[in-house]
Amino acid sequence: MITELEMGKAESELELGLGLSLGGGTAAKIGKPGGGGAWGERGRLLTAKDFPSVGSKRAADSASHAGASPPRSSQVVGWPPIGSHRMNSLAAKSAREEEEAGKKKVDDDEPKDVAKKVQVGFIKVNMDGVAIGRKVDLNAHSSYENLAQTLEDMFFRSKPGTIGLTGQFTKPLRLLDGSSEFVLTYEDKEGDWMLVGDVPWRMFTTSVKRLRVMKTSEANGLAARHQEPNERQRKQPV
Amino acid sequence: MDLRLPSKVLEHIFSFVDSNEDRNSVSLVCKSWFETERLTRKRVFVRNCYAVTPAAVARRFPGMRSLTLKGKPHFADYNLVPDGWGGYAWPWIEAMAEKSPSLEELRLKRMVVTDECLEKIAASFKDFKVLVLTSCEGFSTDGLAAIAVACRNLTELELRECIVEDLGGDWLSYFPETLTSLVSLDFSCLDSEVKLSDLERLVSRSPNLKSLKLNRAVSLHALGSLLCLAPQLVELGTGSFSDKLDQEAVSKLAQVFTELKELKSLSGLWDVLPEYIPLLYSVCPGLTSLNLSYATVQMPDLVELLSRCSNLQKLWVMDLIEDKGLEVVASSCKELRELRVFPSGADVDETNVALTEQGLVYVSEACPNLESVLYFCAQFTNAALVTIAKNRPNLKCFRLCVIEPFASDHETHQPLDEGFKAIVESCKDLQRLSVSGLLTDKAFEHIGRHGKKLKMLSIAFAGDSDLMLHHLLSGCESLNKLEIRDCPFGDTALLENAAKLETMRSLWMSSCGVSFGACKLLSEKMPKLNVEVIDEHSPETRPDSSPVEKIYIYRTVAGPRMDMPEFVWTKHKNPEIGVSHLAIE
Repeated sequence: MITELEMGKAESELELGLGLSLGGGTAAKIGKPGGGGAWGERGRLLTAKDFPSVGSKRAADSASHAGASPPRSSQVVGWPPIGSHRMNSLAAKSAREEEEAGKKKVDDDEPKDVAKKVQVGFIKVNMDGVAIGRKVDLNAHSSYENLAQTLEDMFFRSKPGTIGLTGQFTKPLRLLDGSSEFVLTYEDKEGDWMLVGDVPWRMFTTSVKRLRVMKTSEANGLAARHQEPNERQRKQPV
Repeated sequence: MDLRLPSKVLEHIFSFVDSNEDRNSVSLVCKSWFETERLTRKRVFVRNCYAVTPAAVARRFPGMRSLTLKGKPHFADYNLVPDGWGGYAWPWIEAMAEKSPSLEELRLKRMVVTDECLEKIAASFKDFKVLVLTSCEGFSTDGLAAIAVACRNLTELELRECIVEDLGGDWLSYFPETLTSLVSLDFSCLDSEVKLSDLERLVSRSPNLKSLKLNRAVSLHALGSLLCLAPQLVELGTGSFSDKLDQEAVSKLAQVFTELKELKSLSGLWDVLPEYIPLLYSVCPGLTSLNLSYATVQMPDLVELLSRCSNLQKLWVMDLIEDKGLEVVASSCKELRELRVFPSGADVDETNVALTEQGLVYVSEACPNLESVLYFCAQFTNAALVTIAKNRPNLKCFRLCVIEPFASDHETHQPLDEGFKAIVESCKDLQRLSVSGLLTDKAFEHIGRHGKKLKMLSIAFAGDSDLMLHHLLSGCESLNKLEIRDCPFGDTALLENAAKLETMRSLWMSSCGVSFGACKLLSEKMPKLNVEVIDEHSPETRPDSSPVEKIYIYRTVAGPRMDMPEFVWTKHKNPEIGVSHLAIE
């Protein structure tokens, strides 16, 4: 018989309702597998612990140090799915290019000289505990609230049309008011990490280089807000 | 009237049956047909080396002349299968050496081939002619020397994307002066320089040489002299295309290229400098296959080249071609059947953004014979997929890799469900599909409903629940190989559709939510399957409900394999056996 899968804190089970059974006639329950915080609502989000340690070419870099560069999406083993011969050739090519250019290997997130390689308006967003970074188009947003909503959707999205998989499982991110586990931070053109929301939106969009959804506990020492996060009321209705 | 045909007549009839699919059907008709067929089969294909034992194959097909074997699962190409998993060629070579010494051809893919294997081949098969190793590893150039020196009638030696321990270029010198039968030589994956004079002499005494694929270490200058000796080449893989040549050398090289009247296929072109591209113009009109996937040529130069390739059927290129370049391909290469566009950067960040979904749309509109696509792109739209599907219902192979995982339609921000729905609905003969981008379970419902001819399906970072797997396993009737990574389903769909797995060659699942308990249950209920759990940390130390890292399930008549490493668990695993002597290090 099927063993009941252990569920995470908030169980969201969906009855298939198709009368499937394996031998015994019990209706199948489709639910989210448990085991660690790796299972986001909106689908499978990798975490640092998902980096297979066998056969991995690049070491997992957990984003637990404030200010350290967030894990690159390329650190997922076997992605993009290019054969190793081709991968080696590409890696060798970029190493040669940099050698020829005479400069030492620069941080990958710095804007590249070749204009065609820069995606105007798109900046990278990484979230602590999530291996794969995402990209967001700043030009498509008009305010901080807008941006925060997009990020919330991106990392904690509830799927349209599916009941029972939203809500209780994860609290809204509330990235801007400091009341949740996470805060939104950004790296500006000078390389400093700041809390998002302090400067007018327009000024922000011209100076932001990339975003990071950081654990509030790690955000100490960043450019301070006018109100400490833990002074915020948590009595606000959810 | 005796209706049985005498076996001699049957034999004659069967000699016209070439395809193994047909031969397999023939062998099922009755005992005498089975017998006659097996005695007359010359080319044997074993698509999973663990599905059947070498002894059984040798026994069944005593007249075997050609053997093709595949080992590791496809995702091994992307480093998802740990070293030491298996796929050893040795037991096969040993068995054939004993039972089928007339073997002439061996084609191995994704297998571990040692120098010992190569020496055994050289020593055992007197009339050995063809060795093709694709994505193999475990041998050194010493093994190649053994083949070179001993195989007097060698016609083909091809190393395609192998990982070879390169001990130098001497191996080539071991081809004896008496060897004049060479038709095809491919050593493009090796690093070391071979002695040019040996190569020239080999080429000179090989009048049947049709295909020559050099490695990067062969200079442009050397290429010139080699091509003078082999103007009859049909396939050419150049070496490095970047030496600085003086004007005289350049015009001599240009002349040499114009002499290549039979050339149909061109590849290599590593580091090609833009000023040398015109050298290739003379061969362009005759080309049916062009592999520029290692050539860092920029769009304007690519356009110059491709606009001259009116007979091109197969094009492999990097995203440096950009949408503009593909527009030119669309208008110039009307015979195009296969297009592969690879990323020019190893990183998601480095993807060339001037290549978008539009490039593929252009080609799909204008190339009526386009049936095979592999396309790496930063992002995509449903509208583009719908257009492509409408334009090209004759697609047989569609592999789209949106490099950004979970990337939605970049215009509507919707999942790409509708786009892939259009593909499977319209392309009724689609046999191979790779999906990517943001996909919900709905996408897989569509694939299950419409992908009736789908044999191979590759999925990564997609879906929401067990429904996705259920749709595929219950819907795709022709499904043969399914490989999935990083998708959020658990045990239920797998267990519910267990019977389906026996109709498939293999199923790979990694970083999904399938538990150890489910694997054990599946193993017990389905004795004709090998259920392999590949996990760095033994699953037996964890609760049954915890998910395992990787699972590889395949049907087999060979029973459990004896060469499993520690990190592979099956229900037959005997901890004392460990790694057998077959796994030669």
